[in-house]
Amino acid sequence: MVERFISGNVACAEGALKAGCRFFAGYPITPSTEIAEHMALELPKYDGIFIQMEDELASMAAILGASAAGTKSMTATSGPGFSLMMENLGLGIMMELPCVLVNIQRAGPSTGLPTLAAQGDMMQARWGSHGSYEIIALTPSSPQELYDLTIRAFNLAEEYSTPVLVMSDEIVGHMCERVSLHSEIEIKNRKIPSRPKAKYRVYETGEDLIPTIPNAGTGYRIHLTGLTHDERGYPAINAETQERLVKRLNDKITKNAASLVRVEQLFTEDAEVIVVAYGITARIAAAAVREARSNNIKAGLLRLITVWPFPDSVLKELASREKLRSLIVPELNYGQIYYEVERCSRGKSTTLVPKMGGEAHTCNEIYSAIKKSVSK
Amino acid sequence: MKAEDKHPLTDYVREDRMPHIWCSGCGLGTAMSSFVEAVKKAKLEADNLVIVSGIGCAGRVAGYLNFDSYHTTHGRAIPFALGLKLANPKLKVVVFSGDGDLFAIGGNHFIHAARRNIDMLVICVNNFNYGMTGGQVGPTTPLEARTTTTPYGNIEHPFNLPYLACASGAVYVARWTVLDARRLTNSIAEALNKKGFSFIEILAPCPTTYGKRNKLPTGLDELELYKKHAILKHGADTKEADIVIGKSIITGKFIDIEKPTFSEIYAEMVHKIKSAKIGEE
Ligand SMILES: Cc1ncc(C[n+]2csc(CCOP(=O)(O)OP(=O)(O)O)c2C)c(N)n1
Ligand code: SF4
Repeated sequence: MVERFISGNVACAEGALKAGCRFFAGYPITPSTEIAEHMALELPKYDGIFIQMEDELASMAAILGASAAGTKSMTATSGPGFSLMMENLGLGIMMELPCVLVNIQRAGPSTGLPTLAAQGDMMQARWGSHGSYEIIALTPSSPQELYDLTIRAFNLAEEYSTPVLVMSDEIVGHMCERVSLHSEIEIKNRKIPSRPKAKYRVYETGEDLIPTIPNAGTGYRIHLTGLTHDERGYPAINAETQERLVKRLNDKITKNAASLVRVEQLFTEDAEVIVVAYGITARIAAAAVREARSNNIKAGLLRLITVWPFPDSVLKELASREKLRSLIVPELNYGQIYYEVERCSRGKSTTLVPKMGGEAHTCNEIYSAIKKSVSK
Repeated sequence: MKAEDKHPLTDYVREDRMPHIWCSGCGLGTAMSSFVEAVKKAKLEADNLVIVSGIGCAGRVAGYLNFDSYHTTHGRAIPFALGLKLANPKLKVVVFSGDGDLFAIGGNHFIHAARRNIDMLVICVNNFNYGMTGGQVGPTTPLEARTTTTPYGNIEHPFNLPYLACASGAVYVARWTVLDARRLTNSIAEALNKKGFSFIEILAPCPTTYGKRNKLPTGLDELELYKKHAILKHGADTKEADIVIGKSIITGKFIDIEKPTFSEIYAEMVHKIKSAKIGEE
């Protein structure tokens, strides 16, 4: 095990390498660029491929192609690039090709504040591509977590045969902390088809609803398409196939929500007010909650580690506790995850503490919101 | 069915997907069968061959060919194919798509893949318009041609695709009409065995959406036009290969050169890094 004092972005790249990523295609954008730069430096040493593409549309398409060839692949970007990747994110979901997309968020809309943090792409992560789909997205709060969760993202991508998102932000991406480059997380690899080739149907699944897609060049002669397709992978342009396919794509994630969802709770057992936060904001919220506790306010923190699928059941359980009076959601946006929290709040009062991005919340801003909510 | 009763090319086509969706008189059938013949001729290992298409009538080829095939998003076939090829250099990668797909929405990817000399063959079936969406103007529509979005005649200068491919760095560039079926087949076979970024443009009739608006209402009319106007000129300067209504259409093999591919240069770099340990802290 090696410990190094590195930035979140470098930790992310190191996590990818540890997970077995051997293909990176990307287009430079602040504040994610160090991920690409670190991959450019390291991947050749692992016999992996680094390529700087002509744009993000191409980057996303290229990592899907690499995945189709059987290679663990990833790209990294920030808001404007994330928008461009949405088209082929949908293709990855439809074709069910594993890969990892890292978004080191900056403030928008549009070119916005290129060098400053935000959490403004949380809903784009959820709904940015067209169609009805489910997505897996993780939100690291520290460089160590950028390392750990990038590995986890690769594992989940391989396990669920789908693109997985790592939704970080500029502050976590650029802050330098001690990171343990450990090997404690088991590395998972996609399943290889076991049925005879003649009878093989690429999108036939067992009870887990997850297909086993052969790598290109292994003799299965598969056809994958972004069109609605049947179990052979052939286009079938009708409502019935659409219903069956889209339902399975959604179910394979929602039915496993319990194992996908990870959260961290601090002082929530007896809390009267719970702050729900993620990413950099969760670290500041933790300090604010401690401050509240030292002033005899029964505050707690629910830190989201998996944001999508949303931890509905955890939140609903907390919200239904009699003691709980209110939920507070500080976010570097004008309300995105806030609405999800409100949806699960069981009628308890919910407060958004928005910040447009550019700067993180101060501890005092969150503390004041906590104080105000109990004095009501 | 006895083995000898089977069509010699059945192994290469997904018979369970026939009939195809193409209109009668469309040139795509000929383009596809020339391709299949060429694969046989080039003696390729079929299991190693990968077809990638974008979206459009031409893009449907991927679904009909019995190889590993990927029908991607509109315009993104080339970067998808690039990922496949770089991740597994043993694959033989072919992009088969339309002129709108490859040169309008996908134009940037084309020029960059050619510049990098990614080892792949790009086949563009050029029917001078967007067939699948009902015959709109495209980047290859000749000046003055009528389409549903140029009801008064096209006023935009079209791309000369061989010239564009050549300027972008392709190592093999050819143009054929579907009337040249045999030459086309030989050329595809040759390009399939060529290392580097190869490009073949196939001029093909689209009677349904282009032809009927441009005094070529049947597939045969456009074949007649090729017969009348196409001239074979191997090695021609691609600058001269513009397509202008009423003028001759230059066909032939224009470029056939050698140049190291992206994968070769990359492998060399990796070798250097590993032996000299450059780049280590
Ligand atoms: C992003 C996106 N924009 C537009 C379309 C609609 N569309 C489908 S095919 C096509 C044009 C195809 O033209 P071409 O590549 O020339 O192929 P053809 O149908 O003529 O063979 C368009 C615009 C789409 N599928 N995706
Ligand atoms: S619309 Fe044109 S290109 Fe499409 S199938 Fe019909 S004839 Fe062929």
